[in-house]
Amino acid sequence: MTALNVGPTPLARIGRFMADNPLVPLILLLVGLVALLQILQPGVVNSRWLANTIKVAIPLAMLAACQTLTMLTGGIDLSAGTVATISAFATATLTPLVGAPAAILIALSVALVIGLVNGFGVAICRVHPLIMTLGTALIASGCLLVYQRYVIATGTKIPDFLVWLGTGRTLGLPNGLFLFLPFATLVIWMQRRTGFGRLLYALGSNEAAARLSGVRSWQVLLSLYALSGAIAGLTGLLYLGVVKTPSLSLALPLDLPSVAAAVVGGTSIFGGRGGFGGTIIGALILTVLGTMLTLMQIPEGGRRILFGLIILAVTALYIRLTEQGR
Amino acid sequence: MAESETTAPVLDAEGVSKRFGAVQALRDASLRLGKGEIVALMGANGAGKSTLVKILTGALRRDTGHVRIRGTEARLNSPAAARRSGLVPVYQEPSLIPDLDVADNLRLGRTPVDAFRHWVAEMGISDLRLDDVIGDLPLATLRILDLARALAAEPDVLMLDEMTAALPTDLVEKVLRVVRQQADGGRSIIYISHRFAEIAAICDRATVLRDGATVGNLKIEPGIEERVVELMLGGKVAPVASETRSRAAASGDSAIIPRLRLRGLKAGTRLADVSFELNRGEVLGVVALEGQGQDELFDVLAGNRRPAAGSLEVDGRPVAFGHPADAIAAGLTLVPGDRAHALLMSRSVRENIALPLLARLRDWGAIRVRDEAARVTSAIERLQIDTRAQGEVRRLSGGNQQKVTIARWIAKGVNTLLLFDPTRGIDVRTKRQIYGLVRELAGQGAAVLFYTSELSEVPQACDRVVVIFNGRVVDVIPAAEADEATLMRAAYGLSRAGTEPA
Repeated sequence: MTALNVGPTPLARIGRFMADNPLVPLILLLVGLVALLQILQPGVVNSRWLANTIKVAIPLAMLAACQTLTMLTGGIDLSAGTVATISAFATATLTPLVGAPAAILIALSVALVIGLVNGFGVAICRVHPLIMTLGTALIASGCLLVYQRYVIATGTKIPDFLVWLGTGRTLGLPNGLFLFLPFATLVIWMQRRTGFGRLLYALGSNEAAARLSGVRSWQVLLSLYALSGAIAGLTGLLYLGVVKTPSLSLALPLDLPSVAAAVVGGTSIFGGRGGFGGTIIGALILTVLGTMLTLMQIPEGGRRILFGLIILAVTALYIRLTEQGR
Repeated sequence: MAESETTAPVLDAEGVSKRFGAVQALRDASLRLGKGEIVALMGANGAGKSTLVKILTGALRRDTGHVRIRGTEARLNSPAAARRSGLVPVYQEPSLIPDLDVADNLRLGRTPVDAFRHWVAEMGISDLRLDDVIGDLPLATLRILDLARALAAEPDVLMLDEMTAALPTDLVEKVLRVVRQQADGGRSIIYISHRFAEIAAICDRATVLRDGATVGNLKIEPGIEERVVELMLGGKVAPVASETRSRAAASGDSAIIPRLRLRGLKAGTRLADVSFELNRGEVLGVVALEGQGQDELFDVLAGNRRPAAGSLEVDGRPVAFGHPADAIAAGLTLVPGDRAHALLMSRSVRENIALPLLARLRDWGAIRVRDEAARVTSAIERLQIDTRAQGEVRRLSGGNQQKVTIARWIAKGVNTLLLFDPTRGIDVRTKRQIYGLVRELAGQGAAVLFYTSELSEVPQACDRVVVIFNGRVVDVIPAAEADEATLMRAAYGLSRAGTEPA
């Protein structure tokens, strides 16, 4: 336990370096994957591919923000995909009735309310976040089914603005970046440079210590899950513009990849370690991997198996490296 | 020391030693127990009492030495093996499984139910049902059940660890009577207790440990208390060289309204009734044997636990804390005994120190980076924290970790500092720095409550010291008179010649 470490092994030194600079190995991995893709299919990596990859990765990264922030406290938000879907579905079905701005406002309010319910359960009733968010996701998706029966006749319309945001391009880059860049900047700033962000890490590292320092954890957790709901709602809006067809399972396929993106990006599910920067790269890594497996024309079953195995291998390796020297 | 008069001891431990890394917990411990004898095992904190007990009950293996039971070398490789050798312990913490009922617990331990019931009734618990769930029963009842279970196993040697600690007075009497009857019936008992009155009432001899070795084996007779305390202290009765310190009117000029006033504070099963005052500019020491209510006292003062009775005044105003945040708002800040409870191990020194600055809702916004850096840097400099490994607190040494937990409150601004054994397990140099800091803070007008398990620290850091025994303040001693012998006697509830307890 002395500060002076006498002659660490080279592997331990690499581990220490990576623990201090967790983004470096992730970026190396991402570059390596892109290089591998170029070798497997020469010419595939071009500006069009780049724009497309970013377009697909943005909603994943945004949904993974919900996971990253909750995971920092040792929690998780398994309702994020459902909330995004509800937000998208409500926007699409309400736009013909009340107009786009009101529809979006309602959709985001619903997302916020679900987040508040999660927060109430986790922060005040102390239900485990996994169970709480899974429960609200089930209830909310049930409500969505009921709601769908009532609106089946009204038809759907996707606001033009969302289509522009989801599929349009400016200077060859997807317009989604107009939303994502400010969003990511804000999240990273929040996690590093605000009291709230610090408290997320504090709760995840040692809730008892945070309590002794005067932190009322329920305030933090309630705000956190409400924020997570709002982010999921926002993601639903963007995703609606990307996919352009509202459905009852729109963003559900993103649920588990959003967790995977956060974990691959170096956020610990036990809390206290990680950040959104790593998650963005994690989302890019998952997207590139997906492309690679598709291009190799492996059948769906094999693709899933490989995808799962690669995620596990990357995570295990990453944890092993960064835990070295402890 | 004096030889045991029994010819064929039931239990005979001799020359037992045990080393943990660099720490020699036991050097040369011996303990003899004749048939039908009750022997008190005594020793100050860190004397090696619990290590010896763990070796006898099979929880630890000895490095050297012999343990013979009825003349044959005993195999004590596991608690089960120790039981088979006829040695059954009753520990301080209840050992029954809380989620099961009484009958299931008995079945697990293969305890004969009829004998168990007999002993439970004998000790005056009449309303026990075998389908009561353990977790719903009060602590005092659980201790009785543990004892009854041990008695039902008909052990040759019974080991009782602070058996009466959580019991009300009437139960204590019944338990003592039963224990004495056991001995009269031929069983042998190792009795561990801090209470001289009980030891005098039932024990035949006392074996005293100091620094890992048995230093005395005394017959219980009037005046034994003084002899035992002397033995526990060894040669350390000489007065401590008192450093010249200027704290002229620590309690004199601020006597009008104390910073902190406690009246009849009660919490949990241990803190019974504590009253004292803490003034500005004063370092008030707290001395107590383990488990006399000091943990509960500090928890209550830090807002981490609500008192069951009593009142608390800060600057003359009554307060009630529902959360540590309330205590912090009133200026009461805690450095807990266990650093693992205070630190964010995987976060940086800076984040750890700045944590209380961000805790309140109104501080959740943008961090004022310059202000934070200035406060953190000056706290680090003041405490001389080694910042070579400041990326993660877990990489710091124990002493530096302790400094970080104190630095947190220095950065926030100290008003009333509650230090719970802040120097446990850290090096001498850091200890001295902490005494210096505590004196300096008091000199600047802070009030400091300083619990310590090392009696020799009291004259170096404190102005006065309150001694707590059995959940009550039994003595208040000026630091100048608080040599180790005086404190030790007071901590064991023995009254001081000449002075009356406050």
